[in-house]
Amino acid sequence: MELKEKLLSSFMAFEERIDVTSDLHDVRTSAIKNFENKGFPTKKEESWKYTSLNSILKNDFSVFPKNENTIEFADVKKYFLHEIDTYKLVFIDGVFSSFLSATTHDGIDVCLMSSALNKPKYKMVIDNYFNKIANKDESLTSLNTAFANEGAYINIPKSKVVDKPIEIMYFSTGSEAALLVQPRNLIVVGENSHVQIIERHQILNENPVLTNSVTEIFAQKRAIVDYYKIQNDNLEANLIDNTYVSQKQETNVSVNTFSFGGNLTRNNLNFYHFGERIVSNLNGITIIGDKQHVDHYTLVQHSTPNCESHQDYKGIFSDRSTGVFNGKIYVEREAQKTNAFQKSNNILLSDKATINAKPQLEIFADDVKCSHGCTIGQLDETAMFYMQQRGIPKKEAKALLMYAFSNAVIESIKIPELKQRITKIIATRLGVKMGFDL
Amino acid sequence: MLSIKNLHASIGDKEILKGINLEVKAGEIHAIMGPNGAGKSTLASIIAGNDNYELTEGEISLDGEDLSELAPEERAHKGVFLSFQYPVEIPGVSVTNFIRTAINETRKANKLEEMPSNEMLKVIREKSELLEIDRKFLSRSLNEGFSGGEKKRNEIFQMAMLEPKLAILDETDSGLDIDALRIVANGVNKLKSDKNAIVVITHYQRLLDYIVPDFVHVLYNGKIVKSGDASLALELEEKGYDWIKNEQEA
Repeated sequence: MELKEKLLSSFMAFEERIDVTSDLHDVRTSAIKNFENKGFPTKKEESWKYTSLNSILKNDFSVFPKNENTIEFADVKKYFLHEIDTYKLVFIDGVFSSFLSATTHDGIDVCLMSSALNKPKYKMVIDNYFNKIANKDESLTSLNTAFANEGAYINIPKSKVVDKPIEIMYFSTGSEAALLVQPRNLIVVGENSHVQIIERHQILNENPVLTNSVTEIFAQKRAIVDYYKIQNDNLEANLIDNTYVSQKQETNVSVNTFSFGGNLTRNNLNFYHFGERIVSNLNGITIIGDKQHVDHYTLVQHSTPNCESHQDYKGIFSDRSTGVFNGKIYVEREAQKTNAFQKSNNILLSDKATINAKPQLEIFADDVKCSHGCTIGQLDETAMFYMQQRGIPKKEAKALLMYAFSNAVIESIKIPELKQRITKIIATRLGVKMGFDL
Repeated sequence: MLSIKNLHASIGDKEILKGINLEVKAGEIHAIMGPNGAGKSTLASIIAGNDNYELTEGEISLDGEDLSELAPEERAHKGVFLSFQYPVEIPGVSVTNFIRTAINETRKANKLEEMPSNEMLKVIREKSELLEIDRKFLSRSLNEGFSGGEKKRNEIFQMAMLEPKLAILDETDSGLDIDALRIVANGVNKLKSDKNAIVVITHYQRLLDYIVPDFVHVLYNGKIVKSGDASLALELEEKGYDWIKNEQEA
């Protein structure tokens, strides 16, 4: 049976198990209809021109894991930011693990989507925000919505600076031959509040996993949200990340995406503005090799005046890896005095590596500053010679240069321990051990 | 120490060095002067091992050891240092971390233990004082946003840290104001000993007022056409390079 058919029939089984009288029933039903009409995206669609899901969809994915699995903290400690205390939301094969998690209801809610969807006390928040900014036309988002059941639910009331970062961690144990997981995260950050969130997906053995994740982030007036996505999974991991950000006036939201691993990664990152003096930051570092594929598809929708957006994506591609950067900036007629900037800088380390970069600017206002810059190059030979001349061997010199190339984005990491972690991952990726923490 | 015999080098199809002979002994300072395009920087690059240039004929050796097949870092490990005319910017890597990496890689190549951090800090302090470098400067990203003078001073600081056998200073005076020039020259003079040698490459005589050479060579059209003592530099300054050109073309 094709995966699409399997999903459609699974949906019926899934619906039977849950309360069909709830408001969510309608949301799910129309979502599955949209998916049924559109199906999985193909390369015929402009937005999927460079990324094919075909070979992945041939796997016989289980839609629901058969068993509940447990893992020991010691085995997965390294994936957490264990040097500091954090809130933790941990899921194993899509199922919440209370044992590994550290949730809270003390002034803020850091808990589960499943309870938020089912308990009356969260109903108002769910009614107001769930599936409200996600693109209802998009088929993979719809597929996620149809099965939305578990994930992170984070609600920060107004004027709260959350005391420690929140880690959202999705583990796959590989107990299924092939597993499809569809996490659904909802994050609401109240007026004047500030939160830092780290999201990571990690498979723990060699069986293929497809993750189709949807995250909705709502930033109320003057809220600050720093979101970090760590994509350093093994070569059987496939991730489609659909993230939707809604920003009210004077908010500052940053989404930083670090793509170092996985077989196929597609990041659909969408920002929408609902107020003035908003700042949106989209940063990314991609360092891949082998036959890995990373596709960044970004949209910043400038609908209101006096807002800014900054996109800065760095990519380093070796072997036969392929990268895509498709960045769309849309400036509506009302959005005067918009400052929208976009940069995509790429280094190809091998003749077989490919990058497809496509900036798209659609501007309907006449008093704006918009720019985009895209570079594709090799490592600077003069810089290499300079470092080698000082006694630094070629491999280390190369690593230092690549680190320098990614530096602007590394500097944007506001959690020191995370910054250290990311630089360590980069050093490992580049196969070097420097005499200092890069 | 450095022995260059009948050196020919080209970039692409273009021959730039056309038979250079040069002997530099420990304790000596040599100046190589010449008009633009004479091949001065090519000579510096090829001694340091820049593979953009192809050595087509001749020999380069250091203390009797052939350098021509060695990678740039291997030459550095043997004590060759080139102060760049245009030092490269490396964002995110501080001056201190860069020099620490350079020193420890060199020590590793020479089968020595890494330099302990407290000793490293001590040496860094000493050498930065020698070049009148502010401590804050050392934690900045290497050459990023440095003025021309700061970049050159930083090159000589690295030379002081690495203590090379043979230092080649490629147009170290360009972009320096008179105060910076004095500091840099003073640093170089203090680093000079009877065990090392310095080759100063320059277009102008100005730097040679401060770093007084034992020998001056004039490079023109890929060849050394005149050699002499420090007075040759003064004569060149007075008569200009046209003197050399006319003499060669006559």
